[in-house]
Amino acid sequence: MKHFALAGNPNCGKTTLFNSLTGATAHVGNWPGVTVDKKEGLYKKAKEPISIVDLPGIYSLSPYTPEEVISRNYILEEKPDCVINVVDATNLERNLYLTTQLLEIDVPVVIALNMMDIIKKNGDAINPQSLERELGVPVICISAQKGENLNKLMDLAYNECLKKRKGKSLLEGSALSHLVKDCESAFRGLEVENPLFHAIKLVEMDSLEVAAHKDLVKIVDEFKKEFSDDTFGYDLEAIVADQRYKYISTHYSKSKTSNKVKNKDQLTLSDKVDRILTNKWAGIPIFLLILFAIFHLTFSENLFYLGGLFSELSPSFDGSIFEGLFWTSGGINSPGVFLQTFLTSITDWFTGVAKGWLETSPAWVSGFLCDGVLAGLFSVLSFVPQILLLFLFFSILEDSGYMARVAFILDRIFRKFGLSGRAFMPMIMGFGCSVPAMINTRTLADEKERTATIRVIPFFSCGAKLPILTAIAGAIVTQFGVGNADLITYGMYILGMATAIIAVLVMRHTSMRGEVPPFIMELPAYHRPQPKALSLHLWDKLKHFIKKAFTIILASTILIWFMSHFSFDWKFLEDAQMNESILAGIGQLVKPLFTPLGFGSQLGAWGWVFVVAAITGLIAKENVIATFGTLAACIVAGFEANETLEGVDSVIQMIVATGITIPALLSFIAFNMTTIPCFAAVGTAKAELPKGKLAFTVIFWLATSYIVSMAVYLIGSWWWTSFIFLAIIAVAIISIHFINKYKDNKRIVGA
Amino acid sequence: METKLDELMIGQRAVVKNVLGEGKIRRRLFDMGITPGAELYLKKKAPLGDPLEITIRGYELTLRKSEAANVVCFIEEKK
Repeated sequence: MKHFALAGNPNCGKTTLFNSLTGATAHVGNWPGVTVDKKEGLYKKAKEPISIVDLPGIYSLSPYTPEEVISRNYILEEKPDCVINVVDATNLERNLYLTTQLLEIDVPVVIALNMMDIIKKNGDAINPQSLERELGVPVICISAQKGENLNKLMDLAYNECLKKRKGKSLLEGSALSHLVKDCESAFRGLEVENPLFHAIKLVEMDSLEVAAHKDLVKIVDEFKKEFSDDTFGYDLEAIVADQRYKYISTHYSKSKTSNKVKNKDQLTLSDKVDRILTNKWAGIPIFLLILFAIFHLTFSENLFYLGGLFSELSPSFDGSIFEGLFWTSGGINSPGVFLQTFLTSITDWFTGVAKGWLETSPAWVSGFLCDGVLAGLFSVLSFVPQILLLFLFFSILEDSGYMARVAFILDRIFRKFGLSGRAFMPMIMGFGCSVPAMINTRTLADEKERTATIRVIPFFSCGAKLPILTAIAGAIVTQFGVGNADLITYGMYILGMATAIIAVLVMRHTSMRGEVPPFIMELPAYHRPQPKALSLHLWDKLKHFIKKAFTIILASTILIWFMSHFSFDWKFLEDAQMNESILAGIGQLVKPLFTPLGFGSQLGAWGWVFVVAAITGLIAKENVIATFGTLAACIVAGFEANETLEGVDSVIQMIVATGITIPALLSFIAFNMTTIPCFAAVGTAKAELPKGKLAFTVIFWLATSYIVSMAVYLIGSWWWTSFIFLAIIAVAIISIHFINKYKDNKRIVGA
Repeated sequence: METKLDELMIGQRAVVKNVLGEGKIRRRLFDMGITPGAELYLKKKAPLGDPLEITIRGYELTLRKSEAANVVCFIEEKK
């Protein structure tokens, strides 16, 4: 089978092309660096099936970030039969810079000029024949998004891959040509593949190349002794980069013609939007407003705070049949709450039907299926709409290009914490799911920044933690009649972010000390979000969640039910005897550990349920509420989850059964938000962190969650304990400061 | 008039003369198209005054003042 690789600058449409060619549903975004790992798919419309690999975007073959190394290594080592160089036609100069480097490799290359539809719309034109003549490889105009010319492109690539191609460099005939020749023959002598490419990288003093061939560096050093350029002296790296861009601007600007005589001061629509969104005064408030609106539309039970107004205006209106679904006495439901209530009423109906069917079967069968499996599963599934909605909003922001601007706006603030604005993207992705967020840290060039970011990503509360938050917040409001569910939810999100900030600050001053990483990033033009790409993304997310619900969560639910209904001597237990179960035994054993956090020994007979829920949450956070669902259904005889949200109901049952306090409940949320996120995230962290950093990371998560939730519980219960915490923080800050000073002094003396 | 990129005023155009410094950052600046002879335009500053947004080679690039301080440019005198 033939292998084709898609290579090109970040954000030039490779993944859109990949999806169109293979029918895959890879995530596309308007942010440089959405694809951080190579993806493979099949193109079936050719004479034989062709494997297509979508590579992370690169600006140059001298890699700067880890994901760029993936692309370089793939092209050099996996030797694709053809490289399809996707070139963003609206940004020809910089895109061709990479092309000049790709052409140095001994591989067939086809150039796909993408986004030609936008060029036409702007009234510009690019002459592919002229480009083809200059570059010596086939050039074809395509539109990946509209599917124009894709079959032609693949035919062209197929024809090319049957031929051999030798690398060609624009440095031929330049002042460096002799040096390149010398290095090339040295590499040829070593029987290295792609000698020309390696020779030029050596001349550029590319760090990977220098490390791989230390003994050849002397050829370049010798040359430097006798060589001097007018502008750059013997700075070969600068000369090569300069030559490339000079070559591009002299040769290829010819192939581009602007039909419209553009007024330089005329603003495009993108510019106008940008003027408002990144305005000096309005930029940050707008960002905060958008963030608030997203959470409000997803979680609020009092949409736009119209509740009061609504009941004022229509006192005689009888809408009781719709009550609960569209609104409650408090106000109108936001779309997120509406969808959730809607789904819950369906699952409740289903549970009722199932109970009816099983009426005649033995008690344990009905108990296992309805209380064990269904109650656990449905309490998790009821949150799917809100998770999807949150994902949709963030996808829209990303796809439109706004996220890149947020990084631009926030960089100054992030720098204070020793990070760059780029770290914003993985963090905000953390609100969806930690796993892709951790993978996305590959766009960060600095290793210490990556490590610190990966560690705090779980503190950006993910979709799976949402059920814990809303269920407990809802239960607090319903049961104790205090506070506002929205405010508790926002507050806990903010607590998570504050923890992340403090943790990053501490790390950047202790174990992860180093220079603030650079921030050099392309800002893509704004564009309207693509409904197709958005729906693909959402569908993907939904599939992932449903799959998880029916595998790991279902399995955990069943396990929990069995462990809570059997004693250590394998005797089946009635619901009322659950305190003798295996699960209760384990819970009782570790309970004292959680006493300082408020949900340990002080909770009485049923207290182990909170401990067990927190522990099952280490596997997957969905398990926490599923555990409540399973256990509450059994603990409280005759408990039936209906009318209101299931998750909330089961938490209320647990509050009644244990007498847990509000600070302890908040501490429980805080613990779940900041502890080990889930097995999937631990696995991802292991793969993404530098070697040997995982064990400390896991300890870091456990320690952080213990400290944060202890602080929440103690200060919430006895306000004066805050002074103790302040004193400890002060001591910590002072000692870190002096230790660092001592270390710096030692370094200076040592140097 | 010779100056550094971080000292440009918003709306000013300049031509890159040289890129100082060394290592990865310098290499990145080259790769992103900041090479001698390239025309650039300081489009705006972020709300907190840093980083900068420039237009170079037909696209928008953002970089910090500290990185921009390595870019020596030449401002074309206005007629």
